[in-house]
Amino acid sequence: METVLLEVRDLRTSFFTDDGEVKAVDGVSFALPLGKTLGIVGESGSGKSITALSILKLIADNGKIIGGEIHYKGNDLLTYSDKQMRDIRGNAISMIFQEPMTSLNPVFTVGQQISESIMKHQNLSKKAALVKSVELLKLVGIPSPDKRIKQYPYELSGGMRQRVMIAMALACNPEILIADEPTTALDVTIQAQILRLIRELQMRLGMSVIMITHDLGVVAETCDYVAVMYAGQVVEYSDVVTLFQKPKHPYTIGLMNSLPRHDVEVEKLESIKGNVPNPKEMPTGCRFAPRCPAATDLCRREMPALMKDVEGNDVRCWIYSEKWEGESEVIVYGEKRIAESRGTETILSD
Amino acid sequence: MTKFVIRRLLQTIPVLLGVSILVFSLMYLIPGDPAQIMAGEGASPQTVEQIREKLGLNEPAPVQYLKYMKNVVQGDLGNSVRSNRPVMDEIKARFWTTVQLSFYATILAVFLGLIAGIISAVRHYTWSDISIMIVALFGLSMPNFWFGLMLIQWFAIGPDWLPDFLKMRASGWGDDWRQLILPVITLGTGGAAIIARMTRASMLEVIGQDYIRTARAKGMGERVVVYRHALKNALIPVITVVGLEFGGFLGGAVLTESIFAINGMGRLTIDAIRTRDFPIVQGTVLIISFLFVFVNLLVDISYRLLNKRIDLN
Repeated sequence: METVLLEVRDLRTSFFTDDGEVKAVDGVSFALPLGKTLGIVGESGSGKSITALSILKLIADNGKIIGGEIHYKGNDLLTYSDKQMRDIRGNAISMIFQEPMTSLNPVFTVGQQISESIMKHQNLSKKAALVKSVELLKLVGIPSPDKRIKQYPYELSGGMRQRVMIAMALACNPEILIADEPTTALDVTIQAQILRLIRELQMRLGMSVIMITHDLGVVAETCDYVAVMYAGQVVEYSDVVTLFQKPKHPYTIGLMNSLPRHDVEVEKLESIKGNVPNPKEMPTGCRFAPRCPAATDLCRREMPALMKDVEGNDVRCWIYSEKWEGESEVIVYGEKRIAESRGTETILSD
Repeated sequence: MTKFVIRRLLQTIPVLLGVSILVFSLMYLIPGDPAQIMAGEGASPQTVEQIREKLGLNEPAPVQYLKYMKNVVQGDLGNSVRSNRPVMDEIKARFWTTVQLSFYATILAVFLGLIAGIISAVRHYTWSDISIMIVALFGLSMPNFWFGLMLIQWFAIGPDWLPDFLKMRASGWGDDWRQLILPVITLGTGGAAIIARMTRASMLEVIGQDYIRTARAKGMGERVVVYRHALKNALIPVITVVGLEFGGFLGGAVLTESIFAINGMGRLTIDAIRTRDFPIVQGTVLIISFLFVFVNLLVDISYRLLNKRIDLN
């Protein structure tokens, strides 16, 4: 049994706007085992970044975590005071962001920005912190670090800046690194470098990583476990091999089919028809029902819970429940699924 | 940095030359014969001719300009037509008064404006923000001459219990520095309002930036985030306004100086315009323009100190 380092239970984060409450994250649960990588995948607006920011309690002023628990080493972070949270941030749990171009402060040198958190969390002198900053830059593969340390962000390329962000995040040997789309803004070649760097550092330092991405390729390459999010909810949660071999939720199947594959020849890539629902007008039943080719009245009427299938993986879909009232064989995006109540096995079509 | 300053200094030369040409052309821009205007109505043709001769108005304009500039470089701005004293002496006597007044008004404006703007931005859309912005709107909309008169009404003429130094003296501007208080408030309030609004807008924009979230994610406290990470970025546009305000105070202290009977550059200029004392007008406008250019140079240098990326190219 793996040790769970961080466990999120039924997390709910809402934004309160003039038009009413927007439930950005609505009952998200997952666990991050020690030393492993958990991927959170979803489209823009699925709530994956808000989930990550909620863990560090970095939600903007008009947003609020309205429920749930975030257990880190047995303590619920949601009960922590601001000061306690500041001691966690950048120290035990740190985060890197999507936009390396704008995530560094333009008016401070690289060295100042890295050493700042070292000075705060490890009580080192300015000098000692700068020495450590140089080491960190070396660790993330930046050439001539003692020169770079005196440079300003505008003097660095996008890939270099993301390396600086990673160095900054690693400054205090965090146990958890949250990477929010760390490669989205970078060139493809640089993307691979950065992902490899994160993986190497993870092995070397024994960190656990939460990798937030919309790119299933990144998931396949880096993650051990995956939570697929749709409209503020986790719709499927399993280990990465199962997810790719036997995706269960119609949304996940749709995502897989919209990817180009080198082993199967397809003339036209499939797409998931329709759009992500407007968070202010969420469907009453399953949130994916309006776009789901297999949706029944039950789906449109009642929201399914995240339930365990026979293999012990989580899926939020009526097809795999006793209550399923549709056909026993369901075709979703060209793939056949046996409804759980009728059979015990989920099989893949050809 | 030294290179930057030198380059920036060299760049002021064409600006200063342009200003001097404009100032010099003042004589010709005003309709009528300058010599006739200065001599006044009913002056004999001989007097007019004398003045023309004295000012060198018979020579071609470029020659006049070169002669004028030659003198300016040597610190000679000509003589006042009215008092016949050197323009430089007339200005010297009043220069520091105006610079002092403008300087303290700028300090007041920056101090009040920054504090109010930061509070407003950090607590935006709360009651403190709304009240600060309403007060700022008043500060911005109040004409100087009215506000100055009100201050005199409330503090200088009004109740007996007020300390003596706040009261107007029959003699007007004295040597007591405390007499600066009311004029500085009059002059600085509008600037404080502008700086407050500018700071608020700039801070709000900066606080929404990704790097502020990064600072928070590093575990920095709110104070460090606001005063270190946000303010340094937000100051850049504010400094421009401060520079412009200071320059504006120098040239625009006229009203305040008139209300408080302060014998500064503003009053000197106005009096000179009224009496058609062209050399004085040229001199004051030239000096104030030079100061303005100099202040802008300082603004550019401080930009560069705040953000190393800002370059002239």
